[in-house]
Amino acid sequence: MASSYNAKEEDGQLSGAAGSGGVGAAKSKKPDNTAFKQQRLPAWQPILTAGTVLPAFFVIGLIFIPIGIGLLVTSNNIKEFEIDYTGSDPASECYNCSQTLTWNSTKPCICKVPFTLEQSFESDVFMYYGLSNFYQNHRRYVKSRDDSQLNGDKSSLTNPSKECEPYRTSDSKPIAPCGAIANSLFNDTLTLYYINPNGTESVVPLIKKGIAWWTDKNVKFRNPGGSNSNLTAVFQGTSKPVNWRKPVYELDTDPENNGFINEDFIVWMRTAALPTFRKLYRLIEKKNNMIPTLQRGNYTLEITYNYPVRRFDGRKRMILSTISWMGGKNPFLGIAYITVGSVCFFLGVVLLIVHHKYGNRNNSAEIPN
Amino acid sequence: MDCSLLRSLINRYCAGEENWVDSRTIYIGHREPPSGTDAYIPQRYPDNRIVSSKYTFWNFVPKNLFEQFRRIANFYFLIIFLVQLIIDTPTSPVTSGLPLFFVITVTAVKQGYEDWLRHKADNAVNQCPVHIIQHGKVVRKQSRKLRVGDIVLVKEDETFPCDLIFLSSSREDGTCFVTTASLDGESSHKTYFAVQDTKAFHTEQEVDTINATIECEQPQSDLYKFVGRINIYQGQDEPIARPLGSENLLLRGATLKNTEHIFAVVIYTGMETKMALNYQSKSQKRSAVEKSMNTYLIVYLCILISKAVINTAMKYVWQSDPNRDEPFYNQKTDSERQRNTLLKVITDFLAFMVLFNYIIPVSMYVTVEMQKFLGSYFITWDDDMFDSELGEGAVVNTSDLNEELGQIEYVFTDKTGTLTENSMEFIECCVDGHVYVPDAICNGQILTGTVGMDMIDSSPGAGGQEREELFFRALCLCHTVQVKEEESVDGIKKGLQPCGKSSSVYISSSPDEVALVEGMKRLGFTYLRLKDNHMEILNRDDDIERFELMEVLTFDSVRRRMSVIVKSSTGEYYLFCKGADSSIFPRVIKGKVDQVRARVEHNAVEGLRTLCVAYKTLAQDEYESVCKQLNTAKLALNDRDKKLAEAFDVIERDLILLGATAVEDRLQDKAADTIESLHKAGMKVWVLTGDKMETAAATCYACRLFHRNTQILELTTKRTEEQSLHDALFDLSKTVLRHCGSLTRDTLSGLSHDVPDYGLIIDGATLSSVMKPTEEGSSGNYKEIFLEICRNCSAVLCCRMAPLQKAQIVKMIKTSKEHPITLAIGDGANDVSMILEAHVGIGIMGKEGRQAARNSDYAIPKFKHLKKMLLVHGHYYYIRISELVQYFFYKNVCFIFPQFLYQFFCGFSQQPLYDTAYLTLYNISFTSLPILLYSLIEQHVNMDILKRDPSLYRDIAKNSLLRWRIFIYWTLLGLFDAVVFFFGAYFLFDNTSFTSNGQMFGNWTFGTLVFTVMVFTVTLKLALDTQYWTWINHFVIWGSLLFYVVFSLLWGGIIWPFLNYQRMYYVFMQMLSSGPAWLGIILLITISLIPDLLKKVICRQLWPTSAERIQNALKQSKKDNVSEISPLSNRKTSKSKSSEHRIPQPTSDK
Repeated sequence: MASSYNAKEEDGQLSGAAGSGGVGAAKSKKPDNTAFKQQRLPAWQPILTAGTVLPAFFVIGLIFIPIGIGLLVTSNNIKEFEIDYTGSDPASECYNCSQTLTWNSTKPCICKVPFTLEQSFESDVFMYYGLSNFYQNHRRYVKSRDDSQLNGDKSSLTNPSKECEPYRTSDSKPIAPCGAIANSLFNDTLTLYYINPNGTESVVPLIKKGIAWWTDKNVKFRNPGGSNSNLTAVFQGTSKPVNWRKPVYELDTDPENNGFINEDFIVWMRTAALPTFRKLYRLIEKKNNMIPTLQRGNYTLEITYNYPVRRFDGRKRMILSTISWMGGKNPFLGIAYITVGSVCFFLGVVLLIVHHKYGNRNNSAEIPN
Repeated sequence: MDCSLLRSLINRYCAGEENWVDSRTIYIGHREPPSGTDAYIPQRYPDNRIVSSKYTFWNFVPKNLFEQFRRIANFYFLIIFLVQLIIDTPTSPVTSGLPLFFVITVTAVKQGYEDWLRHKADNAVNQCPVHIIQHGKVVRKQSRKLRVGDIVLVKEDETFPCDLIFLSSSREDGTCFVTTASLDGESSHKTYFAVQDTKAFHTEQEVDTINATIECEQPQSDLYKFVGRINIYQGQDEPIARPLGSENLLLRGATLKNTEHIFAVVIYTGMETKMALNYQSKSQKRSAVEKSMNTYLIVYLCILISKAVINTAMKYVWQSDPNRDEPFYNQKTDSERQRNTLLKVITDFLAFMVLFNYIIPVSMYVTVEMQKFLGSYFITWDDDMFDSELGEGAVVNTSDLNEELGQIEYVFTDKTGTLTENSMEFIECCVDGHVYVPDAICNGQILTGTVGMDMIDSSPGAGGQEREELFFRALCLCHTVQVKEEESVDGIKKGLQPCGKSSSVYISSSPDEVALVEGMKRLGFTYLRLKDNHMEILNRDDDIERFELMEVLTFDSVRRRMSVIVKSSTGEYYLFCKGADSSIFPRVIKGKVDQVRARVEHNAVEGLRTLCVAYKTLAQDEYESVCKQLNTAKLALNDRDKKLAEAFDVIERDLILLGATAVEDRLQDKAADTIESLHKAGMKVWVLTGDKMETAAATCYACRLFHRNTQILELTTKRTEEQSLHDALFDLSKTVLRHCGSLTRDTLSGLSHDVPDYGLIIDGATLSSVMKPTEEGSSGNYKEIFLEICRNCSAVLCCRMAPLQKAQIVKMIKTSKEHPITLAIGDGANDVSMILEAHVGIGIMGKEGRQAARNSDYAIPKFKHLKKMLLVHGHYYYIRISELVQYFFYKNVCFIFPQFLYQFFCGFSQQPLYDTAYLTLYNISFTSLPILLYSLIEQHVNMDILKRDPSLYRDIAKNSLLRWRIFIYWTLLGLFDAVVFFFGAYFLFDNTSFTSNGQMFGNWTFGTLVFTVMVFTVTLKLALDTQYWTWINHFVIWGSLLFYVVFSLLWGGIIWPFLNYQRMYYVFMQMLSSGPAWLGIILLITISLIPDLLKKVICRQLWPTSAERIQNALKQSKKDNVSEISPLSNRKTSKSKSSEHRIPQPTSDK
């Protein structure tokens, strides 16, 4: 043990007393006396005692509870109407459609679902479709897209990314837009009719612009060929996704909403986080201040039933909702704020008791010996 | 059968080789022997290059990579990376490849740099000039070019460049003195002998004419074994053959002393030298923290595997419905469909492993390494540990053990040179009971007990005059001190004493001798020099007396004495002998033994080192017989040492006692204070010394290892002679354990005066019998009892210890059932073994050379620096690294558990929750710097308080911050936070929009929300833990949060052309544009932080640790101060901050 030798030792000896080896330190190597090196930097040394934390708890309580109440009230003021039109129940209107539907059927199946709004919707109304048990967040699904193709890249248009498999080519022609997400584009058409008290139906005007993120619509998604408005020519040589009835350049007649920049398409392409989700479908704008956007009364939802969900026990819903500054109806945030606020307040009280009951004992026991 | 055939074939073809394996033939000076001798067998020897470096320029990359991937952690990450490359995994290989690449690169750079340093050191050694003889001339060559058979010239104080056979010396008798301190730690001078037939060759030319061959064994590692034969050819005669032994072999690494120059022939070179064969790299010491860390890693690995297994199983359960496995909207490719089920399962399992692998963070290793490496600079920088006398501060040789400094339970310290200065001061001498004190003791450092004692006696009796002078002459002559005119580099420097006037310096391997010679100088007898074998003494009358030095019977530690035989100018022969009392008294036949013995014992109790001096006169014929005895012994080829010892034994007999000397080894500055602090900090201090019991015990009292009220238990040879060891042990254990019941376990009060406090004294012999395994197998019992006794003693003194015993003791304690953390501190080569053995080895840059410092993990200039080293640095490092480890696990639980939860909502498809960039950068940049900085500069309590109140050290004893309880707390906290993040976001996203324009968010927004909350929470959690906010902390903590935000804005703000996906485009901005997202982030951060905050506050209030009490007290007193002197409050607070050490006093009065 004593004879264990380190090569460094030796050179330390050979190179003299000043020693360059392991312990070498030049004579002048007095450490600098800086605050940092001596670990004496001026510092703020907060101590989290009951006394200091107490006010924080009360403050959190006092701030959170009003916020929570505000949020809850806002959320409760939001009007929301939801209707499930899957048609899995034989009594429901869309039962037939849901039963007969296959991908190959070309004849549209239309069903009408009546419903009644008990309250009128005063402000702008947002119309959503909702799907349940639909795993848009499945990994194989999420990655099955080609963002550069969607961004208008010419070469990706003709040669889509491998991630799109098995929806990359059909009949040896590249699919535009490729991938599972695009392929499974939600293609039910929803139309809303208001049934006037006199029994006549009038169409509720639905606006289909402004439902996608502005950045998606204007930057992330672009039609190939730039300003070339003749999409038919641009998409020449590509194939439509296998499940689609019509090619991508016929999604809409409006050139601003056609091809890859079709907003329904963009909305669909933003994969949802959870298997039960809703996506914005249409906007119903308030016309004038006198008439509510949707009056209370009877309505009919006319569905062109194209989208099969029965096989995987999916559900389809239509949701009408007003929106506040905090979005749609979601009491969670309000309740959570109120709860956390009250818990904090309660803890503050507990701490206060602890502080007063045990604080003194603590002070007396603190004699440093 | 084939094998045997092959072997016989090999044997046949390698017959010559076989010969080569056994021995080597060396041609001195590369001279071919006369023809007719044995056939020349060409042999290849390595050159004299020492290679301590691991890599060369060419093999660095492959070898270093191989070395690095042998580390289990790196290998694990490599596997993960490869899995990602091979199979289709959820995250891109970059996410784990980049950190791994980073880690590997950083380590490679570090190791490359270290190796470069080693190369430089090697080059310095290999290129250092040596003198070799070529064609009768001295030629300078680089050391590495030495070849076997070269004749080298080595001058005094040079180190031998390789293993040499000693041919001739500048000394007439063909001897030389060598110190092998760097080889085996023995710093005494050893005598080596030249080959008898060549010792007459004194000049280069003569040496060059030697015509001889050496046959010797091939190199072996035993330092003390060597067998060889030299054949000397003279003319055409048959060669003369002489045996060679280890006394002819000069080893590489040893240093030539007291000899002007020698000639020697190279026999083993380079890596074949015995030193190189003995090369052992220091065994890697691992700290307790590292061990806990590895345990935790295993726990996390289990968690990881179970997560992956659970998810894989769930996946297949869930997928059993084909409509879920492959709904119309999400078809598989054909190849996926056709894949083997088992293969699919394995692939899925691996994919989950990859997805969750971040729970075992690569970056933790890097951060820990960086923390240790950078953190150790604070030790080197520390001004308090800088010794202006030495001009050096503390040195860190291993940064791996920084935190272990905060965990020490046992301190084993050397006495001489560690507790004491090892600068000897001659105190007094006693001739026949008369005490002489040198009048010019300029140093006031005398133990209080000795002041004024026996000063009256210093006038010598009339009859004693002659004996007194004889005594002084004896001390002036009986030594091996050399006089140097100039400052010497090596050895013991002792000169230019504050009161000394001479310009010359006395040098000796033993500081005691120097002190004695100096003391004599003050008493009027000055040793001048050794000239022409005559020792010259300047006596009181300023006359020069000359004594011819006839023989020196050198000191050895077995005899514990030395003698000289001198011939006075009047022609009388004297033998002067000097040695330990125990070795002199039995040999004395005349003299006032009792008085001297009494004085010696008195002095020993005072903590002085005593030596006895005796003499005898020799008649001419007696001298001749002595000479003859010595010469025969010296010339003996076999058992030379044994024969010498016998001769010495015969010669040193029938002595007349002259007197005794006392030399004080002064206590080191603040040694007592340091020992007391260590005691208060709950450490047990053991003193291990080779000194005798009385001296050692006195030192222990002086440095307050033993207090006045300490009950001393003795377990010494004396006692075991009266009582059997068995009984003695049982008696002691009974004594100790009787009080054990009444003794409260509160060790804090164990130091107060009313509780009995035990100190144990044990000597080497007894210890070895305690540890010796006996036939009855009861040794285990003895050992247990002994350990039990030791456990109850606050201080233990082990005296008369051999170096190896020191290591044995350390090992015994280390392996006892509590596995305490040990620290060994020492300064000399004899402490190296225990320094290497203990968990932490600390070397003092002492006077006995640098072996200890070199072999230590940390080297400090003085013993007193140990206090700051342990109480401040050790404490800080421990606190810092334990937080670092716990926090790292915590933040990665936070990171990965939401991913795990997400699998339940995405069909177990391994969909990652976070974007690749976030996955990669989370540990590398978003959350890495704050914790690194915390682990470098956090101070929970002020440095001065830690130093002043050593009991704070008990707070962190026994690895208390890395206990399972705390680990589980952190993990649960991580799980709680992860659940909060995930389900918070889940309910926020629950089937509704939370923007004011009704638009919906997708899965990436979900992940980003979770991630944002997480980054903020874990950073703020650290902010809550930080108790020492310097501007750097503010900068780094807020800076890294800002960096996260800026990065996210940037990452989502551009369509990145090199990426094949744009999933993050504007996700972060869209999220921030939504009010509820902000509210949600704030809410979730608050919820995550509250439990920990609450726990902290409650624990501090109800069960405060002593550190927290001190903090509270400081805070309280600060508040008081402010309210008292409100007009000056601003200045007062800042002042009170800087001088906090005096503040707790007023509160303690309350």
